[in-house]
Amino acid sequence: MIIFLLKRLLQAVVVMFIISLIGFTIKDSLGDPVREMVGESVSEEEREALREKLGLNDPFIVQYGRFLKGAVQGDLGQSYFYKKPVTDVILSKLPATLELVFGATLIIIFFSVPLGVYCAIKPRSWLTKFIMGASIVGISVPVFLTGIFLMFIFGVILDYLPVFGRGELISVWGPWETGLFTLDGLAHLILPSITLSSLMLPLFIRLIRSEMTEVLHSEYIKFAWAKGLDKYRIWFRLALKNTMLPVITVGGVQIGTMVAYTILTETVFQWPGMGFMFLEAINRSDTPLIIGYLVFVGLIFVITNTLVDLIYGFIDPTIKVAGGK
Amino acid sequence: MALLEVNNLKIEFPSRHGVAVAVEDVSFEVNPGEILGLVGESGAGKSTIGNAIIDLLSPPGRVAGGDVFLKGEKISSLPASRIRQIRGAEIGFIFQDPMTSLNPLFTVEEQLMETILANLDVTQESAKQKALNMLEQVGIPEPEIRIKQYPHQFSGGMRQRVGIAIALSADPALIIADEPTTALDVSIQDQILQLIRSLCKKRQVGCILVTHDMGVIANITDRVAVMYQGNLVESGTTEQILQRPEHPYTKSLISAVPRADVKLKRFPLVNYIEKASVGFSQIDVSNHWLGQTSASDVSSVAKGEDLLRVEHVNLRFITKNALLAKNRRYIQASDDVSFTVKKGETFGLVGESGSGKSTIARVIAGIYPPESGRIFFADQEISAMSERERRPIRRQIQMVFQNPYSSMNPRMRVQDIIAEPIYFHKLAGSRKEVEMIVGDLLDHVGLGRRAGIKFPHEFSGGQRQRISIARALATRPQLLICDEPTSALDVSVQAQILNLLKDLQDELGLTMLFISHDLPVIRQMCDRVSVMRYGKILEQNETEALFISPQHDYTKNLLALIPHMDHLSREGLMVQQG
Repeated sequence: MIIFLLKRLLQAVVVMFIISLIGFTIKDSLGDPVREMVGESVSEEEREALREKLGLNDPFIVQYGRFLKGAVQGDLGQSYFYKKPVTDVILSKLPATLELVFGATLIIIFFSVPLGVYCAIKPRSWLTKFIMGASIVGISVPVFLTGIFLMFIFGVILDYLPVFGRGELISVWGPWETGLFTLDGLAHLILPSITLSSLMLPLFIRLIRSEMTEVLHSEYIKFAWAKGLDKYRIWFRLALKNTMLPVITVGGVQIGTMVAYTILTETVFQWPGMGFMFLEAINRSDTPLIIGYLVFVGLIFVITNTLVDLIYGFIDPTIKVAGGK
Repeated sequence: MALLEVNNLKIEFPSRHGVAVAVEDVSFEVNPGEILGLVGESGAGKSTIGNAIIDLLSPPGRVAGGDVFLKGEKISSLPASRIRQIRGAEIGFIFQDPMTSLNPLFTVEEQLMETILANLDVTQESAKQKALNMLEQVGIPEPEIRIKQYPHQFSGGMRQRVGIAIALSADPALIIADEPTTALDVSIQDQILQLIRSLCKKRQVGCILVTHDMGVIANITDRVAVMYQGNLVESGTTEQILQRPEHPYTKSLISAVPRADVKLKRFPLVNYIEKASVGFSQIDVSNHWLGQTSASDVSSVAKGEDLLRVEHVNLRFITKNALLAKNRRYIQASDDVSFTVKKGETFGLVGESGSGKSTIARVIAGIYPPESGRIFFADQEISAMSERERRPIRRQIQMVFQNPYSSMNPRMRVQDIIAEPIYFHKLAGSRKEVEMIVGDLLDHVGLGRRAGIKFPHEFSGGQRQRISIARALATRPQLLICDEPTSALDVSVQAQILNLLKDLQDELGLTMLFISHDLPVIRQMCDRVSVMRYGKILEQNETEALFISPQHDYTKNLLALIPHMDHLSREGLMVQQG
């Protein structure tokens, strides 16, 4: 167990190091931050002075070394636009993104499991054919199109649901604000969550269906039938548990991916989260924030993967997380 | 009245290309306390009958005719809710592979209890008591502790005991055991069979034992029904069938069983079964490509001299990793293994699963590097060579693997599979020559050169193993390592493959390292043999001497456990084939 966590920690460091290196190599082609920071009327000398002050004229190695030195102390630099430490900016945007991912995850879990199981146990029914067909459509339609489409129907034509921003928020702790405890906040969450889930939900329905189909053909399920068990017990207790093992593995990775996917959804719905922030940062050539975001997403990936592996070891009695007792 | 009566059962598998009849007009009966053996080879329809009785045919299979009666009640074509009550409560089922038939995510207790609670009207408490009681009856020590454990914490034999406990837990009147010991080691097979027999006799439970193994039939059944291609060709008491078989298929089947008691030059003819096999074309080795030598061949080793020398090889695998070296756990897969294989002989390695016999084969083939110890091939130390130096040696050592289904690339045509090593080692001049060689090889292993354009899935297990052998021969090897080459095959096909290997050895002067868990097969194939356990060689001797006077207790025990088939009518068959 200790070995496992140490390995993962090392992995996280390596991942973040590589991402930051890539971020640093491309940052000069993302535009000139100084031009975005100062007005038209500022003279070339002043710009040069500012550039010198920000350290942008230093060689690559020196700049990167400075960044690393700060990074190991938890300081990812100052955002040019917000004039605040990058970590503060990201942490203030993080709750919005996490809530969005949380909402989408709930939708995925509540719909993919019953639908996937249904498709597996009734492979020939017309509903199954419909679900499978619809899931292909869901995978094919781009997220932003789904978002605009939903906004148009529920926001514009029906006028049921709000279509931008997070609504009413409650402060929980420090910069952490949540919309989960107000009706208005929840209403604002609905459409973005559906939009974000629209890509992953069909994927999970199909995944659960194929895993479950395979499990239903296994010897132990056949043995369960031969034991005279009730069909509902076989489907929903025995087979489902075996089905969920691989699904959890894929699911964990996909939740990490979803954090990255939020860029589109957040932009469409003006959702003030990390994805939206990232897009703005690119427009403003706010390079410290861009690099900070990339490093942070890398960290989230490693964390979710580690959690999944720990959960997996907990559910599957045959797996002992490497070195564990 | 018979416990179970099957009358004129017919089972079909409809498909787009027409209806395949899996079982045709089969009738038999089972009495309380009686064990009926249903014997036949793969595809004979014996498992299908077992599944049909409890209405568990895999779709699109269906019962197309005939009836099944249990205690006088007709149970074929019952509604699903009624047949569910019969499953478990009236008819218990034991599956072949205890590794896959228990759900890995639930404890043994849950799996036992759910069966009891689903079928018997008892309280949680008494169900639990019964579950414990069942585990005790099937001989699992410390049932109170073991019942809380998961299947993977049990060994194969113990899992099959759990499987039997589950099958019997709701007090059925009949159990259907589908190849219950095929996946188990010999020593455990015997225990499980005795357990099934004693439980059946004690509880007066009828049993249908589905098997392909004549040894199992001889050991525990009271009566036998022989299946061949969906038909029941012969049935009668076990003694009668084994001693005075009447149908030619039964005779052929019995003659294909490797004998543990005496070594034969070849297996008697068994072509009744795989009619399709083409006659072997003999190759005149003296002027054929197969008989030529390559520039990289080892300097000639005379027949009878050491071709392969294995000296003090050790290898261990990590089973539990840890940061501190002292906390790591290892399994010693090879423990100071030494032996020599002489040119032209067949050397056997025999042992149960986990004895390390396959590991040592892989070390010799260069798949695993040994931790210590040395391996010489024709007096060159191959264990010390670099990969580059070793390549010509690799060509001369080839392997035939156990599972012909997974050891071939399913997307390559057979001719490409066989040609690949020839191209790799640049053994032939032109594409045309390669094609000719591949054709000759296919002819030689009895498949015919036209088989080359097909894909592996178009062949049966036995035919695929012939392809594997052709592929191994394609590099003109000196040493052929056969790792359980026939364990996945039917007994008649096994006899054909073993005959083929013997013929090839005679013609090409091959040296073979033959690995098997099956003692009778070893006796038929090997000149000398080593017995292995826990990575160690326990005993090594001439095969005949080892079988006649084993020295080590473990060997004695293994030999004693071979199902005794003394009452099989070998003599009559010999005369017939003579």
